[in-house]
Amino acid sequence: MGIESHLGIITTSLDKVVNWARKNSLWPMTFGLACCALEMMVTASARHDLARFGAEVFRGSPRQADLLIVPGTLTKKMAPYVIKLYNQMPEPKWVIAYGACACSGGLFNTYNVVQGVDKIIPVDVYVAGCPPKPEALLKAIVMLRAKIEKESLKDRV
Amino acid sequence: MENIKDLVCQYPSKIEVKEGIDCLTILIDKKNLYDFLKFLKNDERLNFNMIVDITAVDYPEENPRFELVYHIFSISNNVRIRVKTRVEDGGSIESVTSLWKGAEWLEREVFDMFGIKFNNHPDLRRILMNEDFKYYPLRKDFPLQGIEES
Repeated sequence: MGIESHLGIITTSLDKVVNWARKNSLWPMTFGLACCALEMMVTASARHDLARFGAEVFRGSPRQADLLIVPGTLTKKMAPYVIKLYNQMPEPKWVIAYGACACSGGLFNTYNVVQGVDKIIPVDVYVAGCPPKPEALLKAIVMLRAKIEKESLKDRV
Repeated sequence: MENIKDLVCQYPSKIEVKEGIDCLTILIDKKNLYDFLKFLKNDERLNFNMIVDITAVDYPEENPRFELVYHIFSISNNVRIRVKTRVEDGGSIESVTSLWKGAEWLEREVFDMFGIKFNNHPDLRRILMNEDFKYYPLRKDFPLQGIEES
């Protein structure tokens, strides 16, 4: 598919359509590690409705999801399984590190905690807080949508 | 509380009885421990039929190093009792899984965190750390941040 300049108008319009479709239907995976998972569940419930941003369902299987929200502390025992689940997700996929423990190990600089989930998988948006308010997760989804809008098909399939 | 203490003090082996803040504390030798716990469980009036917790305390200056603490509870009498014993570093002690099934994972946790081995345990392996972890984390000489390996 030509990405040369004279076909640029087609590819940028295609980019816009594809990015619009992707950002309006981000389906997360049910993946809760610790206390921040409760805040994630609250965000998906009626008061702070996550579904109005397109996250209609939380898929149980990684093969059907495109967003991995990592809430909670990542221990060294769980780390190989997070990598396995991340690899099982099909492209395009995004990751939100939700909470202080997922961003950097949080309070726990100890022998069994991975100091941040970005040590094992690439992260797109970091949300700080212990736990972050549900509004912070909604702001993270909005930031992720703005990031997706700037993507292009030639960078990612 | 008083009659429990009298019943317990009738035990033939040497035990030391102390009144703790919340319940009675018994200090006993490692080799008499299993029989004493069996007596506590099987006696009709004492009837300590529930294991609440098994844990250990590391006193690195003293020898024997670890103090193993059992908390057991009697549902029919609604009374708790604490049994303490001393185990040395690298030593092992009889498992109480044959008395209380719930002790299986509690003893696995003590083995994982302190390195105290239990004889006749049905499945003694690490429960919280990785299977191939080389150290025992809750000992006083293990650093909080852990040991950098990989």
